[in-house]
Amino acid sequence: MLSPQSIGAATLDGLAYVGSLARLGAYATVAAFKDMFSPRRLAYGRAVHQATAVGIGALPILSLISFFIGTILALQAAYELRKFGALQFVASAVAISVSRELGPLMTAILVIGRSGSSFAAELGTMKVNEEIDAMETMALNPIRFLVAPKLFAMLLMMPCLTIWADFMGVVGGSVFGMIAAGFTFKTYIIATMDALVLRDVMTGLVKSLMFAIVITTVGCQEGLRTGLGAEEVGRSTTAAVVKAIFLVIMVDLVFTAMFYLNAGPK
Amino acid sequence: MPNAPIANSSPLSPPGPAISIRDLHVSYGEREILHGVTFDVPAGETVVILGGSGSGKSTLLRTLVGLEAPTSGDVIIREKNLQMLSPEEWRELRQHIGISFQSGALFGSMTVGENVALPLHEHTNLDPSTIEIMVRLKLNEVGLSGYEDYMPAQLSGGMKKRAAVARAMAMDPEILFFDEPSAGLDPIIAAGIDQLLLKLKEAFGITIVVVTHELASAFLIADRMVLLDKGHIVANGTPAELQASTQPRVRQFLDRVAEPELSQEIDYLQMLTGEVPRPRQ
Repeated sequence: MLSPQSIGAATLDGLAYVGSLARLGAYATVAAFKDMFSPRRLAYGRAVHQATAVGIGALPILSLISFFIGTILALQAAYELRKFGALQFVASAVAISVSRELGPLMTAILVIGRSGSSFAAELGTMKVNEEIDAMETMALNPIRFLVAPKLFAMLLMMPCLTIWADFMGVVGGSVFGMIAAGFTFKTYIIATMDALVLRDVMTGLVKSLMFAIVITTVGCQEGLRTGLGAEEVGRSTTAAVVKAIFLVIMVDLVFTAMFYLNAGPK
Repeated sequence: MPNAPIANSSPLSPPGPAISIRDLHVSYGEREILHGVTFDVPAGETVVILGGSGSGKSTLLRTLVGLEAPTSGDVIIREKNLQMLSPEEWRELRQHIGISFQSGALFGSMTVGENVALPLHEHTNLDPSTIEIMVRLKLNEVGLSGYEDYMPAQLSGGMKKRAAVARAMAMDPEILFFDEPSAGLDPIIAAGIDQLLLKLKEAFGITIVVVTHELASAFLIADRMVLLDKGHIVANGTPAELQASTQPRVRQFLDRVAEPELSQEIDYLQMLTGEVPRPRQ
């Protein structure tokens, strides 16, 4: 049964976990920054490799998912809009919901599944195989070598993937627009551009940067905390996915509320 | 009572043993693993730490290389007390020691050559062509010439251990630590690893600390042996001294005698309640 003490203890544990993520993120940022000015720049080359894996590798599946989400959104919007004979507003509905919310969120959830889990599994396996210990005994900083390149790659690729997901969502919506709402592709895109303001896209991009930090730190934190044995790697990977999805949605809520309050009454 | 920390000795003091361990206590949470371990590792010698499973020998090795922090006591390496080192001093010290882990711990995403080159890239200002030559030299020393471009997953168990030794040797360390170098290897490959350790000591005069429970290997390579049992040192001496020992625990380990069954009722009850019966001396 839930007691006030257990709720309090769970809250403190949660805050301590978020604190540890912030610490890891800060260390990794400092390490990445230092590495940029280091003559050796070993981690920099690893970041390029990570960026390819995180970004280019995700494009096909992200394109498909975003396209279908765009079509589904158009169908759902049209369900209500046709009652008022306002099917021409389908383009605006899709554009705003994709760019402000679903583009960044779906991208984040996909990246958690592909990369967040892979970060946890990679670091967890390295921990089990004593590779992290070996790194420490060779006076190599695991955060600089392992976490910093991943954070750098994610901060670079998440906004790019989000922009691409926004575009594919609009294309998906346009299929419905062309079939059922009398748009041509050109008029659908013009209607989309008229509906969007820069602020909508920027809102999504700011969220995507926050999601990049959350996904990287959770994946790496869970990997580095892996205990002994192969089953622990599975536990870390599951924990990384579940915690990252939860925290991404929490961060989304906070930022959506902030943007809403900041926009003020119209 | 634990001793007060020993201060780092001055540069003018005479050189002591390569490693000094004084009244070392190490715990995992509430459970104490090492109970006041004290011994020296003379420079240029091979010391083998023997002990059964759960005796604390791996914990001792991890403490010596700074992966575990002692609860109390002192570890002095190269005349520096590990408990008093700043992060910068740790970084400097770690460039003078090499560790070969039980699993090899090669970085799976890098080739064998890149594994060996990594500490050289990171800690020296050598140009890439010199590093390439040094990598070839180190791999040649461990009998792995021509394997620079192999991934660790493509190597056999013995080759992985040899590659790990080459990486540990990359910075020409003064002290090498080995965790179970023969574990999981067939007798021929294990004998090859023993020969490699002997060669390293003779050719380079390196101080070597080996943790193992393989008796044949230990007697072949050791200058001194330390026998650990449940976190206590029960014997410390040359292989001949250990062989001549009449201590029951030493004899039981060296003669490979199984633990006696819990024949007495009180022992059985203690086992059920979690109080492990004390070994009969």
